[in-house]
Amino acid sequence: MSRDDAKRTDTSVLSIRGLTVRLPEGADRDFAVEDVSFEVGAGEIVCVVGESGSGKSVTAHTVMGLIPRKDLTPVAGEVLLQGDELLTKSETQLRALRGERMAMIFQEPMTALNPVMKVGDQIAEMLEIHSPMSAQERNTRVLEVMQDVNLPEPEQLFHSYPHQLSGGQRQRIMIAMALALEPGLLIADEPTTALDVTTQAQILELIKDIQRRHGTGVMFITHDFGVVAEIADRVIVMQHGKVVEQGAAAEVIGSPQHPYTRMLMASVPSLTPPAREAVDVERPALTARNLNKTYGSLGWFKRGREVHAAQNVELVVHRGETLGVVGESGSGKSTVARCIVRLIDPTAGEIMIAGNNIAGLGERALRPYRRDVQIVFQDPYRSLNPRRTVGQSIVEGPMNFGLTKQDAIVRARDLMNVVGLSPDALERFPHQFSGGQRQRICIARALAMEPKVLIADEAVSALDVSVQAQVLELLDDVRQRFDLAMLFITHDLRVAAQVCDRIMVMQRGVVVEQGRTAEVYASPSHAYTKSLLAAAPGRNTTFGAAAE
Amino acid sequence: MIGYIFRRILATVPVMGVVALFVFLMLRLSPGDPAAVIAGDYATAEDIIRIREQLGLNEPIVVQFVTWIGSLLQGDLGISIFTNLPVTTLIGQRLEPTISLTLTTIIFTVVVAVPLGTLAAWKSGSLIDRFVMLFSVGGFSVPVFVLGYIMIYVISMELRWLPVQGYKSIFDGVWPFVRHIILPTLTLSVIFIALVSRMTRASVMEVLQEDYVRTARAKGQSELKVLLRHALRNAAVPIVTVIGLGIALLIGGVVVTESVYNIPGLGRLVLDAILKRDYPIIQGLILLFSFVYILINLLIDLSYCFFDPRIRY
Repeated sequence: MSRDDAKRTDTSVLSIRGLTVRLPEGADRDFAVEDVSFEVGAGEIVCVVGESGSGKSVTAHTVMGLIPRKDLTPVAGEVLLQGDELLTKSETQLRALRGERMAMIFQEPMTALNPVMKVGDQIAEMLEIHSPMSAQERNTRVLEVMQDVNLPEPEQLFHSYPHQLSGGQRQRIMIAMALALEPGLLIADEPTTALDVTTQAQILELIKDIQRRHGTGVMFITHDFGVVAEIADRVIVMQHGKVVEQGAAAEVIGSPQHPYTRMLMASVPSLTPPAREAVDVERPALTARNLNKTYGSLGWFKRGREVHAAQNVELVVHRGETLGVVGESGSGKSTVARCIVRLIDPTAGEIMIAGNNIAGLGERALRPYRRDVQIVFQDPYRSLNPRRTVGQSIVEGPMNFGLTKQDAIVRARDLMNVVGLSPDALERFPHQFSGGQRQRICIARALAMEPKVLIADEAVSALDVSVQAQVLELLDDVRQRFDLAMLFITHDLRVAAQVCDRIMVMQRGVVVEQGRTAEVYASPSHAYTKSLLAAAPGRNTTFGAAAE
Repeated sequence: MIGYIFRRILATVPVMGVVALFVFLMLRLSPGDPAAVIAGDYATAEDIIRIREQLGLNEPIVVQFVTWIGSLLQGDLGISIFTNLPVTTLIGQRLEPTISLTLTTIIFTVVVAVPLGTLAAWKSGSLIDRFVMLFSVGGFSVPVFVLGYIMIYVISMELRWLPVQGYKSIFDGVWPFVRHIILPTLTLSVIFIALVSRMTRASVMEVLQEDYVRTARAKGQSELKVLLRHALRNAAVPIVTVIGLGIALLIGGVVVTESVYNIPGLGRLVLDAILKRDYPIIQGLILLFSFVYILINLLIDLSYCFFDPRIRY
């Protein structure tokens, strides 16, 4: 297996040269990845940045040999791992390298771990596959790596199942597993995207620390320039399967050359709230007083455990105003939204809409008020019925409230124009649209009901940054145009800064801080708000400062 | 957990009560006078009156029910009208062949269907997959008795490999037992294998799309272990459920299969009792089958905890 290449690349852990991967016939382009070349050196973090469809994941999976070669065929180029060509290796040879010399961690630590296997055993499995260690030695080593990734009480956690751990702990387990055999290359595919900001900050710190101590080369895939600013030594920017720009992190971030890179950075919402027009506070559209939601199970033999998902929440949203509700997972922000839409029933409190308390109304009495509050959900791929045309989805609501089909279609066509889509697209099905277009359709569907209050529950979180910016603009536009009161729920402080007049910060079901956006960001009063702001990735970086 | 088992067993009491009520009313609500039927075509009016009194059919219906439930609780299922033997004795005599046939069928099905379904899922779209799906559609479509007679004709009569009919107890020697049980087991298994392999295929296919399967592959795990250790256990809950439901279907199949192969089991007992309107036997067997079915359901629910640690009762 000795090759001349081995000497040439001894400083590079991973070296990709002219890699081209063909897509199966019928795809929207010929190649998933075209003529991609870059290196990852030992002890270096290289961020591969791009939006969905840029080819960054295909590149990573090609290196790992985890793509079905009959669908995605590498047709040109070479991929060298510590000097060894990977593309010509057989499945068995690749299997021996995976885990041993290259390891991968994934975006969603909940689904990436086997739910029916103890986490300790899952780490040990890595050693069982690649090393001749005895069971005893394996367990010792597992505890060692668990300690190495700062997991508390490894002996206890060893015997836990993934669902018993927090998101951050799960990702630490994934990292421990990947690093158990000290591979030369670690591929991290959006490893912090699914995590809360404060957890994200800790995991980024951990990856940096471990990589420094073990001299691992890290290929870090992300769509988030904030993360890039935190962690990258070098940056590769990909678009439509091609590398459009690469260089040292400081250079690329400080003075991006390619228009696409500049566009990506310009789309990163700033943490500084822009000046917003004052809102007329005489016209409250939605008021919640003392809103509570308690989950509890009544056991036969023992008292059920109670969870206070929302506690004494007070909020007012005026017409034409956007109130942001920010918080991490489990903070109760979505619970509040769902109570207000009455998708779930509040345990106590008042929800006033147009002077009527709808908190305790039965389904029949509630019906006339349903149209006043509409909601747009996070995942546009799952919130439209895939077997109905988007036109059918949009007209259904107004027709339930007495509009004739003709009138409803006229309204739907108008709204398609409003959200920036062609009215002729009403005949099409959801799968024929991109994620951003689908979210526009969801907004049109909500607007078709002529609501007074629009709730956006993480409505832009699943979208690429460039699309995100457009959808945010659209939301702001319809708020003004239809004089809507908007409740904007998000975990993303950058996004909240851009669109909210006022901000409400929630933690464990309780509102800890509330105030005008500019004031909260400039001088947060509660410790939790401060820690959220401190954890926002790339907070000290101004993107594309030297560009244009 | 113990509390849950206790509650579940407690919950079977009302279910069994409803079954018992239904079974009791069945005799009283069915057309024709049971006493007249039992007495036969040549009986005199006196004979019929005598039988009616003997069975207590003259008493008010509530009194009859209380008496019946009372003896039921003491394990007394009544006396067969035709043989004059206690129903429990009759059931006891016929229990072994049926238990043997059911167990061999379940074991054979699991051993064949789960690997077959897993293989089909792993190689989905391939020739193997299509063969499994074809077999499964075929298995559903062919009636048990047709299949049984075809197998007897080909394997026993033409090829003379196995005995045509009958049953030998395992206590009389393993080899005769195996020779006699092979064909009935195959016959009864086909539809069950079709069902379980289809469910296994669907369930494993879904699990193979999961992220943790990708993680296992990223570790460098071999495909066999990916399937066995990561995919199959996660796919187990729906598979076990369908095996449990299949056991209920088996009870119907057992009746037909035992008739085709002339096996002296519970299925034959049911059939004979129905033809002769021997109500105490029919009632006893319905109660027994219901109880077994409830018990199997409980076992399935409990097995979920074993396969999936997230499920806790």
